[in-house]
Amino acid sequence: MSSQLNVALINYGMGNLRSVSKAIENNGDKIFWVQSARGLKNKDILVLPGVGAFGQAVLNLKKLNLMEPIVEWIKEKKPFLGICLGYQLLFEASEENKGNARGLGIFKGTVKGFPKIKNLRIPHMGWNQLNLNKRAALYTALPKNPYFYFVHSYFPVPEDKTIISAECNYGINFAASIQKENLFACQFHPEKSSCNGLTLIKNIFNIYRKSK
Amino acid sequence: MALALRIIPCLDVNKGRVVKGTRFLDLKDAGDPVSVAKRYDVEGADEVIFLDITASSDNRKIMLNVVKACAEQIFIPLTVGGGVRNLEDIRTLLQSGADKVSMNTAAVQNPDLINKSSDTFGSQCIVLAIDAKRTPSKKWNVFIHGGRTDTQLDAIEWAKKGQKLGAGEILLTSMDRDGTKAGYDLELIERLTSTLTIPVIASGGAGTLDHFYSAWRSGASACLAASLFHYNQLSIAKVKKYLKIKGVPIRI
Repeated sequence: MSSQLNVALINYGMGNLRSVSKAIENNGDKIFWVQSARGLKNKDILVLPGVGAFGQAVLNLKKLNLMEPIVEWIKEKKPFLGICLGYQLLFEASEENKGNARGLGIFKGTVKGFPKIKNLRIPHMGWNQLNLNKRAALYTALPKNPYFYFVHSYFPVPEDKTIISAECNYGINFAASIQKENLFACQFHPEKSSCNGLTLIKNIFNIYRKSK
Repeated sequence: MALALRIIPCLDVNKGRVVKGTRFLDLKDAGDPVSVAKRYDVEGADEVIFLDITASSDNRKIMLNVVKACAEQIFIPLTVGGGVRNLEDIRTLLQSGADKVSMNTAAVQNPDLINKSSDTFGSQCIVLAIDAKRTPSKKWNVFIHGGRTDTQLDAIEWAKKGQKLGAGEILLTSMDRDGTKAGYDLELIERLTSTLTIPVIASGGAGTLDHFYSAWRSGASACLAASLFHYNQLSIAKVKKYLKIKGVPIRI
């Protein structure tokens, strides 16, 4: 249990990365800010964070030649955590830039915008509750419908519904988090979700710690 | 289940200390920003706003070390404003740990900054702060320089323009109610929230539990308060408990 994980945090210029790193460091794990494929060597877990525009995120990853290495990492079933944009990027494309930029394409499905409904304010910004689909180990020690912090205007629609681990409702139901083997990804920000977020991050990292 | 109303304590910072005045004047000391921010995270704040209230009027940069120290201590969203002038200022603040950056004076003087910054960093982190004051003709004018300069701009029109340019949220402060504890300017909130599609944070005038409830009924996505929380006249927990009983979606 005491083994420290070496965490590759992809630093590609999309949003407040310090908040992600300090939430991980809170568990005693070691952060490596990664900007190249070489930086992934000898790391235990890859974290892809990100806030901002889908198209810009793809451009930035391409500039660093990180698209292929990240896909390979996930295909080898190594531990992966995707947050917000880092979750959306796992899919094929996004409505945000009219589908022009191709994502990592790990999962079939696209990233869509919220429907235009009266009084539904966009972005979806603030604390909303989750409906947990599977009582997976990752959500242990949390309330039944835990609150997490969201800030986004788009969300992925996975073709394979079996990967959805939690849903959230904002005008419609959407996939708030997915899980498959050693991959966990979420639309909300655990690093900004106070106690619930820190518990979730601890749960995720402890699972990988055990398998290390 | 629904998106929760956010309760946001605001730290007005002057020369490295949290201060609070009335109608933007008569500043009183309310503590060290880092320990105050940390206390609010523990007490259940949904977000914290940090405003360097004299950075703009003194024509100097925001205190980055204080922002950094605050960001290190909290695990909830942090909005920072005051003295933000250009894209570089925004980039530096985001790198120092801010999740959102709030702009007032610079946005009025150069509206293109809203456009450019939301394109570069995403709308979600661009907050347009509007200090609004009633005029005798039943309108609201936009003030800049920490409430010292009347721009003659109509607050509703300016907010609409800000949304169009890419602001992700409006921080709406009623100068008439600021620090008075007489309640939020509900008419202003209603006018703005019925016009806009982005979230609006109500600010200025919170004094009783019911004021928060009324702001929510008027369409506010978040309620900001400063002196009420700084001096423990009401605790965040008490406000949230009251709202929950009233049936408002709230995170406890």
